[in-house]
Amino acid sequence: MKKPVIEFQNYHFKYDSQKQPTLKNINLTIYEGEKVLIVGPSGSGKSTIGHCINGLIPFSYKGEIQGSLKIMGKEASDLDIFSISKMVGTVLQDPDGQFIGLSVGEDIAFALENDCTPQPEMVKAVKEVAAMVDMGAFLDASVHHLSGGQKQRVSLAGVMVDNVNILLFDEPLANLDPATGKHAIHLIDQIQKETNTTVVIIEHRLEDVLYRHVDRIIVVDDGEILADQNPNELFSTDILEKVKIREPLYLKAIKYAGGAITKDLEPADFSRFRAETFREQLRKWYEEVTLNEEPPEAEPILELNRVSFGYTPKKETVHDVSFTINKGEMVSIVGKNGAGKSTISKLICGFETPNAGKIIFSGQDITNESITERSLKIGMVLQNPNHMISKHMIFDEVALGLVARGVPEAEIRERVEETLKICGLYPFRNWPISALSFGQKKRVTIASILVLQPELIILDEPTAGQDFRHYTDIMEFLMELNRNGLTILLITHDMHLMLEYTDRAIVLCDGRKIADDQSVRILSDPQLIEQANLKETSLFELATKTGFTDPIKFVERFIAYDREGRNHGK
Amino acid sequence: MANEMLSYIDRTSPIHRLTGATKLVCFILWSTAAMLTYDTRILLFLFIASLVIFYVSKIRLRDILFVLIFILVFLLINNIAIYLFSPQEGVKIYGTGHVLVEFAGRYNMTLEQLFYQLNITLKYLTVIPAALLFIVTTHPSEFAASLNRIGVSYRIAYAVSLALRYIPDVQRDFRNIAKAQQARGLDMSKNEKFLKRVKNASAVLAPLILSSLEKIEIISNAMELRGFGKKKKRTWYNARPFQKRDYTAIILFVLLLIATLLITYHDGSRFYNPFS
Repeated sequence: MKKPVIEFQNYHFKYDSQKQPTLKNINLTIYEGEKVLIVGPSGSGKSTIGHCINGLIPFSYKGEIQGSLKIMGKEASDLDIFSISKMVGTVLQDPDGQFIGLSVGEDIAFALENDCTPQPEMVKAVKEVAAMVDMGAFLDASVHHLSGGQKQRVSLAGVMVDNVNILLFDEPLANLDPATGKHAIHLIDQIQKETNTTVVIIEHRLEDVLYRHVDRIIVVDDGEILADQNPNELFSTDILEKVKIREPLYLKAIKYAGGAITKDLEPADFSRFRAETFREQLRKWYEEVTLNEEPPEAEPILELNRVSFGYTPKKETVHDVSFTINKGEMVSIVGKNGAGKSTISKLICGFETPNAGKIIFSGQDITNESITERSLKIGMVLQNPNHMISKHMIFDEVALGLVARGVPEAEIRERVEETLKICGLYPFRNWPISALSFGQKKRVTIASILVLQPELIILDEPTAGQDFRHYTDIMEFLMELNRNGLTILLITHDMHLMLEYTDRAIVLCDGRKIADDQSVRILSDPQLIEQANLKETSLFELATKTGFTDPIKFVERFIAYDREGRNHGK
Repeated sequence: MANEMLSYIDRTSPIHRLTGATKLVCFILWSTAAMLTYDTRILLFLFIASLVIFYVSKIRLRDILFVLIFILVFLLINNIAIYLFSPQEGVKIYGTGHVLVEFAGRYNMTLEQLFYQLNITLKYLTVIPAALLFIVTTHPSEFAASLNRIGVSYRIAYAVSLALRYIPDVQRDFRNIAKAQQARGLDMSKNEKFLKRVKNASAVLAPLILSSLEKIEIISNAMELRGFGKKKKRTWYNARPFQKRDYTAIILFVLLLIATLLITYHDGSRFYNPFS
């Protein structure tokens, strides 16, 4: 007999700041020892469900509750956030933001300190938990010097130290590179098996979570539960497509080829999935897809020539990097956290000056030009739109750069309006920015750069923290700008983005360029994948499994077909 | 990257080895002494002693140069203001008036006024290095613990230490935002007119404040989810027991305060008067 640990019954919730309820009639029971994945697009209410479980609702975020939520058999509204925190441990999305202690040991101990645990006991408990997540050797290390994966281990240890019954992960993969994400999922699985805790994961990177077994997937959309099923069952329906959640690519490929996925083929677990059933169908589809290969015109717009740079004289962040970007290209710069991706973009924009080497733009040496001079040619969009927005109104924000340059008012109006139209923001031109969603804000920041008419634009993680629908929106928008002649450089650790949207990618590792090739080829080179903390795409494995002799060609065709489909869909 | 302002500087020195609480207590005793006395001899002694302590701490001048210059500029402004608003304060205190330079009446520069302002400047110079030292030699994890130890509520102690800890983060954000705004043509360098620079700087502040608020929300949720504020008290993982040297240091500073007070007040006036 399984014991329920989380029980929502006819549960409704409305934030005080909002008119419409965010959660509508939620009925959901999660049992002891289960591993459950909650998926849904942004704004679907999936994070709100998480807040209800960990007690942030109603204790930090106020609102109206109807119905009942029981945690470990007790009505949540009768408890306080502290007693809930003893039962539910939450690992938040951004490990940097949630560190309270400065050293690993101190951060893990935080919950114990609040509980007035005597020091000797605390030290012992911290040691034990740290060993469980393989961080025993790092107790004195500063949390800010850890890698992304280690940071997550520490966050996890920090909640496990309380012996919680339920572990809640709020988008654990959002800030991790593909390989680290894979390890994180493995670690969660291992911890769950060892301790028999209940695990709830909120995440939209479905394929990555399914790297390890999940008991149930709950699909949330528009505040309601659309599906609550075993993954194999879920994949035999079309619910995911409807709510715009990215399905695993290997399943998408089979659907493109006209294959019907049924639950007894075990589609959720790629290692057990009986892909060979579709061998003939895939082959046929492969023959039918045509690749239109147009030779790219090669007129260089940006050249980096043996550029080196270090923030401190002792330690170089970028070593001897050279590459060329041609006019009209869209190129990804990829690599693990700390590989030097962002530093390269700063060097290109003139935020930092290289110690050695040259940067050439349209044949002109710009190595010694100031930021303002370069800004006439190169635009930079930061990852967090809130780091760029300083005006209340959309129109003013987009006009800001032009006003600063002393452009006449009539021209400003004309250029801003035109840009807003291109960006699909024209209807909102007189709106306050605070009323916009994250994705729309991102668009505003892109618009505020585009209006300056640069020839090259660099975007740092353009799709970070966005669900598949917003991701597709933004990327399609960038593709369109690219087709109209804008050269685009993307800094990312999102493999899908690199594979689907940019033909070419430059891979950095520890400040060095280790590859500069077609994205498809990079993602099929095991050695590169390992060095750069990337992950092999499941398409490639699918092709190998079903006997294609040249899997790269298969992946290429998939991308071409997928792009075509998206274009027709528009 | 430039050295982060006001963040912990890790060196091995006797000062670093003292617990945070000891340093805090000593700092308070030290400042009390410097604040109460106007005895120039004591101030001079304290000033020189603070230089010695500074040397012992192995913190180098350039580590804190930026903040120091900032404070010295304030000190200068402060001195000018004192002169503007009460140019005869020195005469009032010391009872004599040796005029050095004649300006219009009240603003005549007297030796007494200069001496008085020298005393004030010395006070600052005695306290500033000590304050800076306390901040840069106390490990941030110990910071809250030491405030808590001398009786400050741990909530307030944490608030102070988190604020200090975010200084480097905010500096980093500031640099990024400022440069991104410059790349939109909002020039904040010397090439631009002053008024326009101020206006452009506001384009950095708005996003900086917003993103800081975002950070605060995340960290306060994270703290609450891990039971912060549950009980009246809490323990500290990194607490260090007092050692002999801690007691020695505190006793030394208490004696110093007592000596200062005795010397200062033995003749009934806080001021040392070289003019009588």
